Amino acid sequence: MNPEKPSKIDLNRNDMPKQSPEERRHNFNEVALGYTAEIAMTEAKRCLQCKKPRCVTGCPVEIDIPGFMSFVVKGDFASGIKRLKEKNCLPAVCGRVCPQESQCESQCILRNKGGEIAIGRVERFLADWEAEQSEIEMPPKAKPTGKKIAVVGSGPAGITVAGDLVLLGHEVTIFEALHKAGGVLTYGIPEFRLPKKIVAREVEYVKKLGVKVVTDYVVGKTRSIDEMLEEYDAIFIGTGAGLPWFMDIPGENLNGVYSANEYLTRMNLMQGYLYPGSATPIKKHARVAVVGGGNVAMDSARTALRMGASDARIIYRRSHAELPARAEESENAEEEGVVFNMLTLPVAYIGDENGWLKEIECIRMELGEPDASGRRRPVEMPDSNFRIPMDAAICAIGNSPNPLVPATTPGLDTTRRGTLVADQETGKTTRDRVWAGGDIVTGAATVILAMGAGRKAARSMHEFLSKKP
Amino acid sequence: MNRVIKREMVVPNMHLLVVEAPEIAAKIRPGQFVILRAEEEGERIPLSVADWDEEQGTISIIFMEVGASTGTLACLKSGDTIPTCVGPLGNPTEISNFGTVMCVSGCYGIGSMYPVIKELKKAGNKVLTVLEARSSYLIYWLNRFIPLSERIFTITRDGSLGMKGHVNRITDIINGLASPPDMIIVNGCTFLMAHTSEITKSLGIKTIVNLNPIMIDGTGMCGVCRVTVGNKMKFACVDGPEFNGHEVDWKEFLARRKAYVDEETLYFRKSAPKPAVHKEGKCQS
Repeated sequence: MNPEKPSKIDLNRNDMPKQSPEERRHNFNEVALGYTAEIAMTEAKRCLQCKKPRCVTGCPVEIDIPGFMSFVVKGDFASGIKRLKEKNCLPAVCGRVCPQESQCESQCILRNKGGEIAIGRVERFLADWEAEQSEIEMPPKAKPTGKKIAVVGSGPAGITVAGDLVLLGHEVTIFEALHKAGGVLTYGIPEFRLPKKIVAREVEYVKKLGVKVVTDYVVGKTRSIDEMLEEYDAIFIGTGAGLPWFMDIPGENLNGVYSANEYLTRMNLMQGYLYPGSATPIKKHARVAVVGGGNVAMDSARTALRMGASDARIIYRRSHAELPARAEESENAEEEGVVFNMLTLPVAYIGDENGWLKEIECIRMELGEPDASGRRRPVEMPDSNFRIPMDAAICAIGNSPNPLVPATTPGLDTTRRGTLVADQETGKTTRDRVWAGGDIVTGAATVILAMGAGRKAARSMHEFLSKKP
Repeated sequence: MNRVIKREMVVPNMHLLVVEAPEIAAKIRPGQFVILRAEEEGERIPLSVADWDEEQGTISIIFMEVGASTGTLACLKSGDTIPTCVGPLGNPTEISNFGTVMCVSGCYGIGSMYPVIKELKKAGNKVLTVLEARSSYLIYWLNRFIPLSERIFTITRDGSLGMKGHVNRITDIINGLASPPDMIIVNGCTFLMAHTSEITKSLGIKTIVNLNPIMIDGTGMCGVCRVTVGNKMKFACVDGPEFNGHEVDWKEFLARRKAYVDEETLYFRKSAPKPAVHKEGKCQS
């Protein structure tokens, strides 16, 4: 089983083949093209197979990274994906959107020498390789327990819980408010970063395992949690962070000012990028400003470019160093031609006589002392106001947890931030037989964290259901 | 997937759609709405619910045929299915014994006002019903309102039924009463709701409107339905759809509702899958 150790440390991290910036800024196809089997094997060979792998400690779900790498080295991809899937049921998604540079890859021993293993890229390769095989090996399923479980929300947390519990023999139904399953993977992350066919594949997979997926069903409205508890033995709430923040500045309700959720949902879920081929109308704005510096902001600006904007820019109140977006995403955006207006804060939106956005008034910022987040606090520079002519502004400054379920479920406690109170280790909420996980508990975070929370909750739910008569 | 039980034209361009939706029918209250998609890959459109039958497990919607999606809805036949019918969404109308309530409605709002009036009557209110339309032939469901209403007033632009003129004739109606109503509820087009609110503001009568902005998800996620009420940003889908009409920024609301008129027209002309070719109430060549 012991793979051959490389004799010499190889620090040459293999680049990811990508569409060129000139090409990709005009299409919605995936930007990163993925490793070939050859590159994946070369990359995996660089792995030192550490006795105490630090990368694993950097992974929220503790994937056996050296383990799957060793299979890739040998070209045994089937065993590699199997090992990977023991801990990660959404590898094709995580391989694409996980911030590996601040998780597993940040812990890699080769990082100090600037040559950390491209773990995410190999992960993605394995997942894509599996998808190309005609037959996917189905994991063994436990005998039916007769227990019924409802999962609210079909995002990463919900899919994980459902997949885990169905394998343990429980009867699982996912309830999704929108008409397509996948949650933020479907409505939020654009096609060019996470092709929708990959999300659909993951949903199909849990369906194949026996999970029932009910779309167009708003728990809290169509049926309350209390009513569902009459039918189901246990419930998992994974409704995500879906209430967009605005800045409370003048002019935010002008036409042409969007929440990132609206802009991206129109494009992704409603396929606005195909308009006028699609029914949901969208505006093709020429000058688009995106307020915020996270991945969602990058997604919005890059979508605007692809929709034909001649000027797509990021307006961010701190500097480049503080951008919360993955470095890869801000670099991709920059390469494609997104302009970055750093240390800039919008203070008002100014409209024309028909109620459409015409200009954004901004103020310049400078960095002061570090704040609670450890990042240097942006401070307004007096009398530095200026205006930028713009046709659209997309507000991508974050989301609160969706209040629909908490507001309609007595006894389900929330924090001051509106997140659900849940045990960190088990996901148990303050209501009996109700668990929760993902962004609804943590506030907006990452896909892998949501998945990890789903894993833990599934374990705890199973334990509870096994004891329950 | 929801089965269509019935679809018929009630008055020109105004359709009744009865859809099988047992869970919604068991849950819905007056003032709430559903979101429909007329076909796969179709847009999501919010529509008020005009009636429901819990036993049959059906809900009824009155909608006006205005563009591509409603055009597709208008071509549905009994036995067809629609891919999405989700709800009930929004908060129900607040109903208690207010005393005398004047219910002003027009257009598709006549439909959604029906359950409101039914509940108001049940709660012991005296209901004064005001129906507004361009002409008498556009008024429907009058026979449903008669047994529920203390008095019924109609305003038609051409004077073919009741008072002649515009929504501003409401002033005359109120002035003609022994005492002004305790509350006014308005359902219908933006123009009707905005103008009624303007009139009743000067008269100091509490006025509730049922807003119908553009929506996508209807659960608070996208924020496209935001509206300024009392100088605060509200989401019509989760904070509404009913608001104090005197506090709504109507100019902004109207501008937001019209945001996609050009794009909708373009789609309707270029790509709409099937033009509305039903024959009821239309000239045939």
